[in-house]
Amino acid sequence: MGIKIGDKPYAERIQAGIENSFMRQAVSSAQGRFRSGRLKAAEELGDWEDWRTLGEEIRHHTMENLDYYLHQLSEQVEKRGGTVFFAETAEEANAYVQEVAKKKQARKVVKSKSMVTEEIGLNEALEKSGCEVVESDLGEWILQLDEDPPSHIVTPALHKNKEQIRETFANKKGYTKTDQPEELAAFAREQLRKDFLEADLGVTGCNFAVAESGAVTLVTNEGNARMVTSLPDTHIAVMGMERVVPTWEELEVVVSLLTRAAVGQKLTSYITALTGTRLEDETDGPEDFHLVIVDNGRLKILGTEFQSALHCIRCAACINACPVYRHVGGHSYGSIYPGPIGAVLTPLLDGYEDHKDLPYASTLCAACTEACPVKIPLHEHLIRHREIIVEREQRGAKSEEWMMKGFAKWASTPAAYKMSTKMARTAMKPWTKDEQIEKGPGPLKGWTESRDFPAPAKKNFREWYKQREKRRGEA
Amino acid sequence: MTVHNRTSFLDRVAENLGRERRTEVQAPVYSVQPQDRVFQGATQDELIEKLEAQCSVIHTSFDRTTRAALGDSLQKVLASFEGSRKVISAGGPRLDEFGLPGIYDELREEGFDFRIWNDQEGDVTFAEQAGVGIVFSDITLAESGTVTLFNDKHNGRSISLLPETFIAIIPKSTLVPRMTQAARVIHEQEQKGNPVSSCVSFITGPSNSADIEMNLIVGVHGPVKAAYILVEDL
Repeated sequence: MGIKIGDKPYAERIQAGIENSFMRQAVSSAQGRFRSGRLKAAEELGDWEDWRTLGEEIRHHTMENLDYYLHQLSEQVEKRGGTVFFAETAEEANAYVQEVAKKKQARKVVKSKSMVTEEIGLNEALEKSGCEVVESDLGEWILQLDEDPPSHIVTPALHKNKEQIRETFANKKGYTKTDQPEELAAFAREQLRKDFLEADLGVTGCNFAVAESGAVTLVTNEGNARMVTSLPDTHIAVMGMERVVPTWEELEVVVSLLTRAAVGQKLTSYITALTGTRLEDETDGPEDFHLVIVDNGRLKILGTEFQSALHCIRCAACINACPVYRHVGGHSYGSIYPGPIGAVLTPLLDGYEDHKDLPYASTLCAACTEACPVKIPLHEHLIRHREIIVEREQRGAKSEEWMMKGFAKWASTPAAYKMSTKMARTAMKPWTKDEQIEKGPGPLKGWTESRDFPAPAKKNFREWYKQREKRRGEA
Repeated sequence: MTVHNRTSFLDRVAENLGRERRTEVQAPVYSVQPQDRVFQGATQDELIEKLEAQCSVIHTSFDRTTRAALGDSLQKVLASFEGSRKVISAGGPRLDEFGLPGIYDELREEGFDFRIWNDQEGDVTFAEQAGVGIVFSDITLAESGTVTLFNDKHNGRSISLLPETFIAIIPKSTLVPRMTQAARVIHEQEQKGNPVSSCVSFITGPSNSADIEMNLIVGVHGPVKAAYILVEDL
């Protein structure tokens, strides 16, 4: 799939998001629940600020010594019978996984949810080499059946309602029961169980790798990642190069931050730490293990003013706090990484060219920065992106450019201003209903699609003032 | 070769960080340690209270029993599951320590089909067909209600994963405040040169998902129901 999703321009994506009323309602309710979960979990701890400080210090220390820890990690994985492949690009990473699949004569691949494999487009690569790839996370499975990209990094199918899911299951898998979530989940359990047992290859991401022991840790709730790493004979874990921690003691802290910040859970149902291959006397677990460590644009962030963007632990707390995400939904960002962190990270990983609108998808209210469990100054990064886009690169985002040009013209002469405000009342008339503008034209459209805009007063201020003065004179 | 492209990759990392490659790093000292303050100084009995309270949050039944009454407790929990009578249990030294072979024999007479995980062909297949998996917690985290399993030849990954229900027997002595203490044990063992188990599973109740309209669904790919039995062993 790659990091970029779809080719529609930014304005159209946003429009589609705003017009999707189920999605908007779902996102807003999910945000509310995620946020109250996070706040409750933080309150329970009592000293959340200390936890955030510790998280930031751990991530900072690790990034500053990344070469050391990645070296240690690879040594440990090797010691435990695993193979490590450092990949500079998505293509290199995919080619390596394809090669392993080919060697193993793999037909069926089961996957557990992983953003980095979405980012490098691993599924398409494996399908090209003739493998059947099955996503086993419930949300990802729904999206895979429907050929739809994720809209949230924790709950990827947030934009779909249960009726749509029932329909997808019915059309693609012959499902005949109701749209009760429990029945839908039971169907997924039954369908995917077969895939887990038959698969030749299990592919996972990696929430955190522990340098001191070579463990790859997966933080999940459904149990699918455990299936993927217990049943197939070969396990390939793909990780972004920044996803490492020094020791188990740091692992414990970042996992606690992740589960609390993401879903308000003290720990998720499964924290699974896998080290190398199964031992000789063990019956389940893979006999062959590969760790693919991916750069794909991360390296060039290291050592820059944006380095702290690599501290991200993918909890989505910033997404759940963002008022812009709330209104436009995940797909509007045109990136598999939506929300504030997506707006910071996507242009860094994939260049400004396709993503120069993203830093503007923010009100700079700093709710994201405040929510971040490892204190990434997200809104400051967004401001810096804007500066770079506008000043240094001299290619202002069209949306802002047009808006500023329009406003400048509009406000440049008192006469024009007078006329346009006077005209507004008449010009808006076709869209006015009960003194609220329901569907505005042009630049107003973005606003009125999500809320009714108060109609300009029947008398503008100058008219009103003139009349009042006249009345006073008469009195 | 089992590590590919490392040198060029890590050289570039160091270059971007504006320095030579580092071959040694001092263990960092962090300015705060909030993780040590959670339930600091709590007694084992206070930790049990925390664990029991957390069990209701994680949809897991909680029983407290003695070694002598473990058989009765197990029977009660198995009856409450009302499912398949096929049971897969972890093996190892704790089986005898808690008198389980005798208890399992008694349950066999009542029609239960018990198999002890013994590192053989057929373990996984049996677990896949079993309705219940029984494991022993190696370290139990009171704060989150988590059982820690060091999976090995006696204790397959599948036992707590494939059956529809799972039972964790929790020796009281394994209770610690939170994940901090478990991580420290593993870290210290690593430093002593005792490598960690190929799979460490921190399990907190049954599997679940919120992927459909944010409704919590208990029971997805892993177990649908979970029960903890705490046994006095101190």
